[in-house]
Amino acid sequence: MAEEIRYLNPTKADVKRKKYCRFKKAGIKYVDYKDAEFLKKFLNEQGKILPRRLTGTSLKFQRKVGQAVKRARHLALLPFVTDMLK
Amino acid sequence: MLNHYETVFIITPVLSESQVKETVKKFRDFVTSNGGEIVHEDDWGLRKLAYPIQKKTTGFYHLIEFKSEGEFIKKLDIQYRRDERIIRFLTFRMDKHAVEYAEKRRSNK
Repeated sequence: MAEEIRYLNPTKADVKRKKYCRFKKAGIKYVDYKDAEFLKKFLNEQGKILPRRLTGTSLKFQRKVGQAVKRARHLALLPFVTDMLK
Repeated sequence: MLNHYETVFIITPVLSESQVKETVKKFRDFVTSNGGEIVHEDDWGLRKLAYPIQKKTTGFYHLIEFKSEGEFIKKLDIQYRRDERIIRFLTFRMDKHAVEYAEKRRSNK
């Protein structure tokens, strides 16, 4: 009986575009915790921080973004959990 | 060596305008009297909070950017905790990128 090929994870045919770190490309050096609009790009609908594999940011800037988001949450600029439709 | 700090605090909305001004003035004088040097100040006024703090949904935000010694921050922290009009505060030390970012924002604003 023919062993049909089963892939471990679904082949991501469409995701071919190379992900890039927007901070390196734009030359941004500091992630400001005060401007919530910019930080919202890194949160999903529930207000959780998006992982690097989706946003493609480098480790150094992912940590800065994480720290900035936590500071913004402390100052109630960003919610801890919400179902905001972005 | 003077470090560069930035502190943001939220004042409870039930106060009258004069009391808010007086609170802000109290902290501004506290910074200057203890050898701090205020670089920049910013009042965001009444803003909606993302989640209720102490059953209140709005608050007066105020930002003070200053230079001061390291151990002054502990004193400032105690002052914040003691004052019950302040419902939330955050002080953080700015590295060189943050300082440069702040300058740039002030210049083009």
